[in-house]
Amino acid sequence: MATNETTAHATGAALAATGVAATSGPAGASGGTSVSLRDLTRVFGATRALNEMSLEIAPGELVALLGPSGCGKTTALRIVAGFEYADAGEVLIDGKDISGVAAAKRDMGMVFQSYSLFPNMTALDNVAFGLRMRKVGGGARRKQAAELLDMVGLSPQAGQWPHQLSGGQQQRVALARALAIEPRVLLLDEPLSALDAKVRLQLREQIRTLQQRLGTTTLFVTHDQEEALSMADRVGVMRAGRLEQVAEPAELYSRPATAFVAEFVGTMNRLPAELGGGGTVVTVLGTTVPAQEGGPSSGPVDALVRPENLTVTAAEDGNGIVTGRTFLGAVTRVAVRLSGDTEVAVDVSSGAATAMAPGTAVQVSLPAAPVLVSPRAADQ
Amino acid sequence: MAALTRAIESEGRTPLVPASRRRRSLPAWRWVVLLITAVYFLLPLWGALRFSGISAFSGVIGEAGFGSSLWLSVRLAIVTTAITLALMVPTAVYVHLRLPHLRRVLDSVTILPIVIPPVVLIIGVLQITKVTPSLQESPYLLALEYVILSMPFAYRSIDAGLRALDLKTLTEASSNLGAGWVVTLWRVILPNLTTALLSATVLTVALVLGEYTMATLDLFQTFPVWIVVNDQVSAQVSVAASLLALFVTWLVLMLITLIGTRQSRRRGGGEVTLFTAAAPQTIGN
Repeated sequence: MATNETTAHATGAALAATGVAATSGPAGASGGTSVSLRDLTRVFGATRALNEMSLEIAPGELVALLGPSGCGKTTALRIVAGFEYADAGEVLIDGKDISGVAAAKRDMGMVFQSYSLFPNMTALDNVAFGLRMRKVGGGARRKQAAELLDMVGLSPQAGQWPHQLSGGQQQRVALARALAIEPRVLLLDEPLSALDAKVRLQLREQIRTLQQRLGTTTLFVTHDQEEALSMADRVGVMRAGRLEQVAEPAELYSRPATAFVAEFVGTMNRLPAELGGGGTVVTVLGTTVPAQEGGPSSGPVDALVRPENLTVTAAEDGNGIVTGRTFLGAVTRVAVRLSGDTEVAVDVSSGAATAMAPGTAVQVSLPAAPVLVSPRAADQ
Repeated sequence: MAALTRAIESEGRTPLVPASRRRRSLPAWRWVVLLITAVYFLLPLWGALRFSGISAFSGVIGEAGFGSSLWLSVRLAIVTTAITLALMVPTAVYVHLRLPHLRRVLDSVTILPIVIPPVVLIIGVLQITKVTPSLQESPYLLALEYVILSMPFAYRSIDAGLRALDLKTLTEASSNLGAGWVVTLWRVILPNLTTALLSATVLTVALVLGEYTMATLDLFQTFPVWIVVNDQVSAQVSVAASLLALFVTWLVLMLITLIGTRQSRRRGGGEVTLFTAAAPQTIGN
């Protein structure tokens, strides 16, 4: 912690010297830019990429748009950047509609999915490019660019050409380049997807630390739920051009608003269930528990339960048989086939899992907590 | 362990088959093909050299019309290259970025000058330029015709260069940082097309310096036309001039590719050749 504070202080001083707006404290720091997407619609031929999508991003906040391929998340980001236009709806920056403003005039820093460094410029010149466009003088420009490169830990590579840098280094230079123009909004279009796992982990921590330190409002697009949940203040899960839910990562995971969100984020079991009490209670695995609001009130349903919310114990006359085990470290994921041929995954401590070899008869049960119900899978 | 590491390292340094032996092991048929090709190309040159004699070379420069015709060809080469690049680069960039579905159409259109006989092109051009007699009398009319002739080669070079770039991302990155279209073209796209532009230039210059049919039909005495005309006056001097032109052209082309390759390698690109544009490569993560 002491080290972090020292680093933050040192970088803050460096940024103050370069004119980069450094704000301390957590995301949401004052002085940032607010972003509002209002009823954005974009149609490509027969495909409705965005369907009246709305999103509010607070100043200094990092919001991740998460969703499967083709859900419209990149289209939304590109509309904010000015590379796409919306057929309907508006983008407001600090309350002002920027729909008619050219991409070059929007003051938004963007890091692209593919390597986007200019091959004809060194790392330093790449970072200085945006400053050059803003008519910053040669000396000041090089000084600021060098400080930004230092911030991403690439001072020794300042004179290198993009082809001499690794993928991770290129994306760090791209990040420095995007931040050099002191953007009102930072846009990240899956910047880590081309990198290997280890570099991805390091870079996502670096991006988050810098973003929080600078207090730059950030919109981050990804299809990797781990990235979204670990980096963002709030995560918006998208499906077919609409936001299904926007919430803090913990809430998104523990209280998903829809079956799609529940199953897209993390692992989710579907268990046949019976609704009762006019849709307020649901009976699953012989246990009656409250049904979470927002689900169907009648008809055949499934209960959606996470592997860690189920318990499993060895029992001769239990309701299932173990079919497999996956060791995940502290916990082991046990696959159980319930009577009625329903497969479920249950997380148990790796110590307890040793007694659950495939073929063992077990009893799977559900704690008395509210569960999300969804129309039965076959009927969807 | 250290000894083992050293052994592996030393083994790594020493190729299993020495390079000299690998060269010697080149199959005999390759030498035969090489020899036949060399004879095919060099024999006429040697014959020409024998025919003209060394003394004819000194007489070439003083020959009437030599300087003016060569200067006209050089001027035409410069003007043609300038017009070709000014037309083809923005067109190819625009099509790549905004109208990618038209790339195939452009491919077909740019191949037309090869398919259509030069005589037909000339008649067409003369018909059109009837309305502007001053242009019809100007030797720069030839430059306009050469632009059409060089289009297939220039377009293919530029197209290959653009394909090797992630043009969309680069232009968007540039625009995102505040650059307008002209700045993006000048500072981002063109510097990364150096190899392709050099290839296009080399091909266009070579074409203009060697073109005879159009020049003679349009009644302009370019260098190739002068060589043919002079052949009737002094065949030996004419052949010496041809050899000289061949050598000078070859020297210029080698110089352009050498400079291009040096620039390209500095930025991680490959060798500049007449028909390829090498892309900068990225090393792994």
